[in-house]
Amino acid sequence: MLDSKWISLLLDNTWISIYMTLISTLIAYAIGLPLGVILVVTAPGGLRPSKTLYKILDFVVNIVRSVPFLILLITIMPLTKLIVGKSYGPAATIVPLALAAAPFVARLVESSLLEVDHGVIEAAQSMGAGLFTIIFKVLLAEARTSLIVGATIALGTILGYSAMAGVVGGGGLGNIAIQYGYYRNQLNVMYAAVIILVMIVQVLQIIGTRLSKKLDKRITG
Amino acid sequence: METIIQVKDVTKTFVGKDNQVEALKGINLDIHKGEIYGIIGMSGAGKSTLVRCLNFLERPTTGTVLIEGKDLASLKEGELRKTRTEIAMIFQHFNLLMQRTVLDNICFPLEITGSSKRDARKRAKELLEIVGLSEKAKAYPAQLSGGQKQRVAIARALANNPKILLCDEATSALDPTTTKSILALLKEINEKYGITIVIITHEMAVVQEICTHVAIIDSGSLAETGTVEEVFSRPKSDAAKKLVFQGDGNRYEEMQGKRCIRIVFKSNSSFEPVIANMVLACKAPVNILLADTKDIGGVAHGQMILQLPEETVVAEKMIQYLKERNLEVEELKNYVG
Repeated sequence: MLDSKWISLLLDNTWISIYMTLISTLIAYAIGLPLGVILVVTAPGGLRPSKTLYKILDFVVNIVRSVPFLILLITIMPLTKLIVGKSYGPAATIVPLALAAAPFVARLVESSLLEVDHGVIEAAQSMGAGLFTIIFKVLLAEARTSLIVGATIALGTILGYSAMAGVVGGGGLGNIAIQYGYYRNQLNVMYAAVIILVMIVQVLQIIGTRLSKKLDKRITG
Repeated sequence: METIIQVKDVTKTFVGKDNQVEALKGINLDIHKGEIYGIIGMSGAGKSTLVRCLNFLERPTTGTVLIEGKDLASLKEGELRKTRTEIAMIFQHFNLLMQRTVLDNICFPLEITGSSKRDARKRAKELLEIVGLSEKAKAYPAQLSGGQKQRVAIARALANNPKILLCDEATSALDPTTTKSILALLKEINEKYGITIVIITHEMAVVQEICTHVAIIDSGSLAETGTVEEVFSRPKSDAAKKLVFQGDGNRYEEMQGKRCIRIVFKSNSSFEPVIANMVLACKAPVNILLADTKDIGGVAHGQMILQLPEETVVAEKMIQYLKERNLEVEELKNYVG
């Protein structure tokens, strides 16, 4: 069994994990949401097709997404140091987390928005709606359930990434699992950390699913 | 009457990767204020492209579209959007915002034109009353039937007091009874508010039911235009004949070599048993090849195609007999050898 010292360590790092995940997701959405919108709008056949802009963004998103997270984490350490002042610890993990997740979020947003019925967009155009009205009141509003499902996926993935950052001293549950559990062979600590991570993902999934169902008015009865 | 929509030499070519599709080939069309103008054609004839050129959802490749004398191509983005608020549109699949209530759907075009939330809701409630759906204000589109969805779409279309209402296959997804009620609503709107209506359809019944004028579009060109009465009682083009006789066109060709005439009845001539009397008077039989009545704008129109006897004298006598009774008689030359 774990004594109180371990329990408080696990609890502290649970909060650190949640904090890192939430902040990173928030920043990833701050970048990825507009990026996803721009991808949809500039795509061929979009509202404002732009071959050059679309191709550049599409390429950049693919590049960042295909670099393994650990490599990205190490490569951008100088940038991280520039932004947060140090290259280790929870705050320093947020930078690569957000950066790695942003293009992933952009793709999630893109696919959600592409689900919106083209006819509804055409109807809005026929009413004289401008680009921003269509983006906010049609695309984002109509895709909201899909966007929430996407955000749930993003949170889970970013939590997983944050655990990986433990390898380089990123802090949080992943760090505990590796430092104490794996390197020092304290398997009960490792198991506890992993179980907490699983629980967090479960809770996120339940909240996400419920929220999206509640907000979806396409389902009757 | 004042021309509200004028289409001049409009062409539209879609350029694909290795092919070009000429969807419209030089369309000329004048639609006057207050008309209910039907544009009918088989699927793929270009009618949906044509209607989208009327509000520039599709830009014509060449040619001009004038709305109340304004050339749409000359308008800046903002001006075009403002003009669009005067040209409402309804669709085959309704295209409602699925995540908004019925009331909020109707508020949407009012939000676009900058109405306050209070005014928008007030107007939306009035409109719901007009389309007879007041009790569904808080429902979501997914909870409505097809006919109810189209009513909401019509209410939404009327929100900004448009001058023109474009209907793109608006009844094609509805059953016949619902179609009738939606058409009745459109007619009421046309009469009450003087809104010019353009109806795109592939169903003859829709044109017959409410249109005043009709244009027949066939593979990207207009085959025939005119009042519904003209086109229905005397279709000239092959495309029109095909639509009016609903695909029976082929049957006439088998009768080549015989002398055939078409006679058209107006409602006042249907009391006298004309054909029977003619047969008695001329003492020769005729063969009735086709007989059909259509209700066009509330007036019964009958038409009949007769195969006349071989003897010229008798045939002439019969034609004379029919003409004396004020029936329109037309010889179907192409079916006569």
